[in-house]
Amino acid sequence: MAQVELQNISFIYGAGEPYEIRALDNISLTIGGSTVTGIMGHTGSGKSTLVQLLNGLLKPTEGKVILDGKDIWEDPKKIRDVRFKVGLVMQYPEYQLFDETVRDDIAFGPRNMGMSPDEVNARVLEAAQFAGLKEALLDKSPFDLSGGQKRRAALAGVIAMRPELLVLDEPAAGLDPGGREEILNSIREYQKISGTSVIIVSHSMEDMALYCDRVIVMEAGRVFMDGTCAEVFSRYDELISVGLDVPQITYVASELKKYGLDIGRDVYTVKYATAKILEKVRGDNA
Amino acid sequence: MNLDISFGQYCEGKSVLHRMDPRAKIIASVLYIIVVFLAKNLWSFGLLLLSAAVLILASGISPKIILKGMKALTFIIIFTSVINIFWMKGETLLFSLGFVSVYLEGILNAIMIALRIIVLLIGTSVFMTYTTTPIALTDGLEQLLAPLKKLHLPVHEFSMMMTIALRFIPTLIEETQKIMNAQKARGADFASGSLMKRAKTLIPILVPLFISAFRRAEELATAMECRCYTGGDGRTRMNVLHASPKDVVLCILLVLLGMVVIFTNGLGGYSLSW
Repeated sequence: MAQVELQNISFIYGAGEPYEIRALDNISLTIGGSTVTGIMGHTGSGKSTLVQLLNGLLKPTEGKVILDGKDIWEDPKKIRDVRFKVGLVMQYPEYQLFDETVRDDIAFGPRNMGMSPDEVNARVLEAAQFAGLKEALLDKSPFDLSGGQKRRAALAGVIAMRPELLVLDEPAAGLDPGGREEILNSIREYQKISGTSVIIVSHSMEDMALYCDRVIVMEAGRVFMDGTCAEVFSRYDELISVGLDVPQITYVASELKKYGLDIGRDVYTVKYATAKILEKVRGDNA
Repeated sequence: MNLDISFGQYCEGKSVLHRMDPRAKIIASVLYIIVVFLAKNLWSFGLLLLSAAVLILASGISPKIILKGMKALTFIIIFTSVINIFWMKGETLLFSLGFVSVYLEGILNAIMIALRIIVLLIGTSVFMTYTTTPIALTDGLEQLLAPLKKLHLPVHEFSMMMTIALRFIPTLIEETQKIMNAQKARGADFASGSLMKRAKTLIPILVPLFISAFRRAEELATAMECRCYTGGDGRTRMNVLHASPKDVVLCILLVLLGMVVIFTNGLGGYSLSW
């Protein structure tokens, strides 16, 4: 259970050049604990920049990133240790696979940590299991796997480092609905068992609603909203006003209200909506 | 690792140079290179510097961008001219330290060599890369080389390959950066260790990079075939190049510049030996 604190973070691409872009503008956030945090926002809202600041791939132009009470840039030579603690799965991570076998590829991280071969082996098996990769696949070439399996192998490569904070940038992008559900379920399951803090960056409101405990909405380099799913999605009119979507069922609830069936503003899953509607209907009949 | 390459990137603009025919600009670059190598003494180099300044002004590109682009090449410029200081033997000995003797001629030579490289870079990059899109450039080159088709040289294929290669440089740089970040996130260390060790750390970058390059090549080939591309024969163009009087004027101006440089070479003063 790690905790990352961002203090007054600003990030400018190409600072001092004619085309400088302010990607993040004075952001302060605390993320972590035993939760799944979702970060959503438009393309260009600063999500991916934010994520790369967390493990020190980018250095903030202004402000500090505090991991477990220590500024990660205090000693730039030790930035690698930060990357072992904050595991980042990048967008389309299957394109980073390179080794001869899936097993060796997953072992890349643990080997960089300087572990003994036995330890590495144990980590690989554990990570493969969490990511839902069958053991028979481990000795295949990563390039012989299917798209979904490659994604899992890449995920396992990061889980194998046993990071205290697991950050996933669009983990389900480009997968079919079945693959989406499977990989997100694996992540949720992994979070429950290991107690790791998880951060998921996503466009999909449905995924956010189903898998996250807390949602942070980014807009033009700033934090636009921050709260539980219920809190964030109940402000659906504001989300729509900045061009973001809300879960389909939230639209349904808001339409139902117009027809006189008010089931509240904090509806964001079908399950909850069904229960609410049934409760309403039965209550009215009684 | 710094992958910033602003030198030789196209800069959008609406200047006279931007609007010129790429064929004229290619010819102009060749002429300019010849003129630069004609210059032998400080007078001529003064003239060349002036011409480079005029070119920058005419291109409407901020001198800042051009200077920044040259930064990456500072080392080469300094290295070549410093070597000249020590290697040149002349008549006026300034001082000598052990076996190293520095002559006035050596220093003059070094200055002129540095100027030669700088002016050459400014001239060619302003004519070709800063003011001409890669597509226009390869288009122009294809048409200039068109007579070689008679000798059955694959001119069109060559220029298409060049267009594609230029198009994919930024894409591959971006891709490399992404893969490096992904491997860094898994603890790859590119900056320390012995040479062997560092060479080994390139494998996790090169393998995915090659695979994606091949994938892209295949996808591009399919996409081109889907649009019935079969090579250059009988293909018409969307942008037909038209030479205008100003293109001819540019080339004439450069020939004149060359003549003036030959004249100023005769004005005396120390003359560059090669």
